Amino acid sequence: MTWNRRKFLGAATGALSAPAVLAEGSGKPRVVVVGGGAGGGTVARYIAKDSDGAIDVTLIEPSQVYFSCFFSNLYIGGLKSIDEIGHTYGALAANYGINVIHDWAVAVDRVDKNVTLAGGQVLPYDKLILSPGIDFIEGSVPGWDLSVQTKMPHAYEAGSQSQLLRAQIENMPEGGVYAMVAPPNPYRCPPGPYERISMVAHVLKATNPTAKIVIADPKPKFSKMALFEDGWATHYPGLIDWIGEDFGGGDVSVDPDQMMLTIDGEEMAVDVCNVIPAMKAGRIAELAGVTDGRWAPVNSADMSSKTDPDVYVLGDACQQGDMPKSGFSANSQAKVCANAVRGSLTGSRIFPPRYANTCWSLIAVNDGVKVGATYEATEEKIARVDGFVSQVGEDANLRKTTYEESENWYAAITADMFH
Amino acid sequence: MATGVKTRVKLPKQVRAGEVVTIKTLITHRMESGHRLDSDNQPIPRSIIHRFLCEFEGELVIDLDIGPGISTNPFFEFQALVPGPGVFTFIWFDDDGAIYTDSRAISVMS
Repeated sequence: MTWNRRKFLGAATGALSAPAVLAEGSGKPRVVVVGGGAGGGTVARYIAKDSDGAIDVTLIEPSQVYFSCFFSNLYIGGLKSIDEIGHTYGALAANYGINVIHDWAVAVDRVDKNVTLAGGQVLPYDKLILSPGIDFIEGSVPGWDLSVQTKMPHAYEAGSQSQLLRAQIENMPEGGVYAMVAPPNPYRCPPGPYERISMVAHVLKATNPTAKIVIADPKPKFSKMALFEDGWATHYPGLIDWIGEDFGGGDVSVDPDQMMLTIDGEEMAVDVCNVIPAMKAGRIAELAGVTDGRWAPVNSADMSSKTDPDVYVLGDACQQGDMPKSGFSANSQAKVCANAVRGSLTGSRIFPPRYANTCWSLIAVNDGVKVGATYEATEEKIARVDGFVSQVGEDANLRKTTYEESENWYAAITADMFH
Repeated sequence: MATGVKTRVKLPKQVRAGEVVTIKTLITHRMESGHRLDSDNQPIPRSIIHRFLCEFEGELVIDLDIGPGISTNPFFEFQALVPGPGVFTFIWFDDDGAIYTDSRAISVMS
């Protein structure tokens, strides 16, 4: 690495306390990013990198280590280690001079334009970018709340929850039951629950072949349904019982103490209960007053909030139109947002927005499928232009190539977020 | 017998006499069309549910011929008029000779 002034400053700021950094940053336009995932990590990196020191960028993220939700199902399936999906923020500070603060943002004052942290600091901003991901809606699964997430994990924020769920699956009694309560639309990663089922089936088929998998689903159909059902019939015949909305899958309650699950009035004992509740935008979006209902509506041209032109919302938390809530989408939106924010603060050229998404899912080892699309900004929303989806009956080589493509994408997006 | 076959039926437990009810049925089945080739380029033999019927107290409600174009896990939704209390019987016929049955009792409000 060659040292220039910006890199030296970047390395130095990492060692200083936050108030000193704020004092030093005065004079330059200030961007505060809340949330260090696929949206926040990418937008912070692109603004800092491309503005070449002209914009002061602060990234607020409570976790020291980010475990990606994407590929966390492959960890549950035993195909990736937890370290392979864990990433740190050191390079963002060292390479681009981003001021990374590990704390919670607890309040936003949109009149005085500042963000308050749990630690008490108040950070002024010229542009605020919120990329807080999701929170769960209380009461959406009767009997479940966050206090019982150690008994009935969601594992929909990766890390310790993923490790817990994997351990519970490994400790299931012979012939035991793994149950999933799937979420209603819209939610993070539409094919995610069903890729997870595939990975759990992959583990159980090898270690506990008489076990059963039950899915209670409030939806009548789900993402890549034909591909998953075909794949399940091929790789895991008789193992997976999907109960959709038509058969009472949306009428569910749980009793974590007794490890009981009730579906459509029928009670069953379960050994693992993976409850994925209904979702909404991460809490700070609500506290900032930019949500309308469960999500934060944004303008399709630049991801700015429909409530406040100096606040932007990225990724799972925003309501933008046709894009699914995915890491790929958040990364794509972040690049459009970074370009727009930089243009508005420094006068750099703003290019027309372009959006894209692909969601890969792994059904079994080397049996990868994908669905994706490109999007454009219309006045009304981010609108789908055209798309593609894997087909039932593709040959094994194509499926293997699709899986390898997803591994390459993972390396690329995590580099885009963290390096 | 095909592996992993499971039937599922949903209808109200109680209705008014003469009411039309919606019945939903699903059978978990591979529905191998017979038109596909395996990795050695050999045809995969056809294995489908080729007929489904529903009866109410011995009276035919619906009788379907099912072809190889029907996708994995056939789902049927249909309506029936319920004249009084009784039992719906559902029967699926597999290419391999297996017959899968399910039944649901329905009561009538007084």
